[in-house]
Amino acid sequence: MSLATTNYLTPTGREEAWRFTPLTRLGGLHESSITLVDRPSLIAQNLPAGTSMSLENAADFPLRTHTDDQISLRVAEAVSQVSVLRISAHNELQEPIFLNRNSAGLEAEASRLLILVGSHAHATVVISNMGQSVLGEDIEIILEDGANLRFITLQEWETGSVHAARHHAVIAKDATFTSHVITVGGSVVRLLPTVEYTGPGSSAELNGLYFATDGQHLEHRVHVEHDCPNAKSRVNYKGALAGDLARTVWIGDVFIKAAAQGTDTYELNRNLLLTDGARADSVPNLEIETGDIVGAGHASTTGRFDDEQLFYLESRGIPAEQARRLVIRGFFAEIISKLHLSEVEERIMARIDKELSEVAQ
Amino acid sequence: MSTLIIKDLHVSVTTEEGSKEILKGVDLTIKSGETHAIMGPNGSGKSTLAYSIAGHPKYTITSGTVTLDGVDVLAMTVDERAKAGLFLAMQYPVEVPGVSVSNFLRTAVTAIRGEAPKVRTWVGEVKTAMSELSMDPAFAERNVNEGFSGGEKKRHEILQMELLKPKMAILDETDSGLDVDALRIVSEGVNRVKSNQDLGIMLITHYTRILRYIKPDFVHVFAGGRIVEEGGPELADKLEENGYAEYLPA
Ligand SMILES: Nc1ncnc2c1ncn2[C@@H]1O[C@H](COP(=O)(O)OP(=O)(O)O)[C@@H](O)[C@H]1O
Ligand SMILES: [Mg+2]
Repeated sequence: MSLATTNYLTPTGREEAWRFTPLTRLGGLHESSITLVDRPSLIAQNLPAGTSMSLENAADFPLRTHTDDQISLRVAEAVSQVSVLRISAHNELQEPIFLNRNSAGLEAEASRLLILVGSHAHATVVISNMGQSVLGEDIEIILEDGANLRFITLQEWETGSVHAARHHAVIAKDATFTSHVITVGGSVVRLLPTVEYTGPGSSAELNGLYFATDGQHLEHRVHVEHDCPNAKSRVNYKGALAGDLARTVWIGDVFIKAAAQGTDTYELNRNLLLTDGARADSVPNLEIETGDIVGAGHASTTGRFDDEQLFYLESRGIPAEQARRLVIRGFFAEIISKLHLSEVEERIMARIDKELSEVAQ
Repeated sequence: MSTLIIKDLHVSVTTEEGSKEILKGVDLTIKSGETHAIMGPNGSGKSTLAYSIAGHPKYTITSGTVTLDGVDVLAMTVDERAKAGLFLAMQYPVEVPGVSVSNFLRTAVTAIRGEAPKVRTWVGEVKTAMSELSMDPAFAERNVNEGFSGGEKKRHEILQMELLKPKMAILDETDSGLDVDALRIVSEGVNRVKSNQDLGIMLITHYTRILRYIKPDFVHVFAGGRIVEEGGPELADKLEENGYAEYLPA
C-alpha cells in the first residue's frame, strides 16, 4: 500500500466528518504540511502466557481495513513500525493486559497498533492514556471466529493534550467485541470507535463515558457497519458537561446493508448539561437497507440536572454538593461499573468529582 | 420535646401567568407525640404546605414563619432542615438512577448523624428495619425508587424515616396507592417510630382510611390554601360521611 500525501487532502472543516472539530486546535495532526513524529509509544505492562507484543515493520503490516479518516491515513504513512499485540487462539486470559502510553510531549506524533485475537481466545486489553501528548493514532482489532475481547481505552490526559484516534474492530463469526471508551481528559479528543462484521453470530457492544469541562472538546464518532447476516450491536454512550465552552459531539452511524438480514441493533446517547455555557451535539443516524431485521432503534437525550432528584437527596440531609456528586455518579454508574476495574472506576469518578467542584466554585 | 410552629404562612408558585398564591395563611402547631391529620380535597394545597416546610425550591414563601423549637426553619437549606429533625415522606418519591438504596441510606444516615454508622451494627439495623416493613433484602441493591411499585415506594419512605429518626414527620398521602395489607404494614411502621422516639406527625391525607391505623389527636380540614375547620378525631368521621362539599366554594 502506498498512499501519497496527495491522495487525501487536509480537512477544511466543511466536510461532514470534520464540521464539529476545532481544526485549529488539533496541533497539526490533520495538516499535510506537518510531519508527524514516528515513535512507538505503547508499552505493555504485563504480557500473560500466550500473548506477545512486538514492533513490526510497517511495510509488512499495511492497514488491514479501509478508512477515509485523514488522520488515520497520515498516521499509517508516518509510522515505520507497528505495535502488534497477539493473543493466541483458545487462550482464556483471567487478567487484563495493560498497555500504557509513553508520549514524548506536545510534538505531534503518530502511533499504530494492531491487535490480533485468535479464535476462541478471551481477553481484556486496557489502554491507558495519561500525561501530555499530541497524538494521532490508528488501532485495528481483528477478532477471529468465536473470540471475545473487552477493549478498554482510558483518556485521562492532562490539559493541553490532543488525541485523534480510530479504533476499528473486525468481528468474525460468533466473536464478541466489547469496547469501553472513557474520555475525561485532554483539550481536544476525537475518537472513532468503529466496527465491521465478517461472519454471522457476531456481536459488538460499544460503551462510552465522557465528561467535559471548560474549553474541552470531546468528540466520539461511532460507526457500526452491518454488512453480514445475524449480527448484533449495542451502543450506549453517556456524557456530562460543565463549565463555559465545554463541548461534546457524539455521532452514532449505524448502517444496515442489504445483506445484513437478522440484524439486531440499538444505540443510545444521553447527555447531561450541568451548567450554562456547555454544548452537547448528539446525532444518531440509522440507515436500513433491508426490512428483514430483528430490531433497530436509537435514542438520544440531552437534558439538565434533575432538580427533583437533588431535592429528594437533600431532603434526607445530604448537602447539595454531595447530592450533585451522587446524581452524577449514578448517571455514569451504568457505564463505569462495566469496567470491572475498581481502582480505575474510583480514579475516574474522583477526577469527575474534583473537576465538578472546581467548576461549581 | 419538640414543637413545630407554622404561623400565617403564605406561599406562591411561579406560573406562566405570573405568581400564584397557593397557601393563604396557614397556622398550625405540632408537638412531639402528637398526630395531626390534615384532610382536604385535591388541589387544596396540602402538598404545597409539605414541600414548603421541607424547602422545595419551587415554592416561594411570601410571608409567615415556620420554627422548630424556636429556630427559623425557613432560613435553613434543605439538608439543614433534615438535620434539624424534619422529615418529609413524599407523595411521589423520586427515582435516582444508578444510586443504590443501600448507598443512599448510608449516605443520608451519615449526613444526619454526623458520622458514618459502624459497618457491623449498620447492616443489622437496615436488615431489621426492612424486615419489619416486609421488604425483601434484595431491595437494598436496587436503585432508589427505580421501578418500585407504588407500595414499595411508600415503604421505602417509611424505612428512611425509621433510620433517620426525625423529630417531626410530614407524611404526604402515604396511604395513596396502598392495598389493605401494605397500608397496615406502613401504618405499623409509622406507629413504631412514633412510640420509639415521641415523633410529632403531620399526616396529610385525602381519605379517612389510614386514620383507622394511625390515630390522630387533631384533625384539620384544609381547603383553598388554609385550615378552615379544626377538631378532634370525630371531625374525621363527619368528613367520612359528608365529604368536603361544604368547604368548597359554591
Ligand atoms: N407549578 C405550579 N403552577 C401552577 N399551579 C400549581 C403549581 N404547583 C401547584 N399548583 C397548584 O397549587 C394547588 C395546590 O396543589 P397541591 O399542593 O399539590 O394540592 P394537594 O396536595 O392538596 O392536592 C393546585 O391547584 C395546583 O394546581
Ligand atoms: Mg398532594
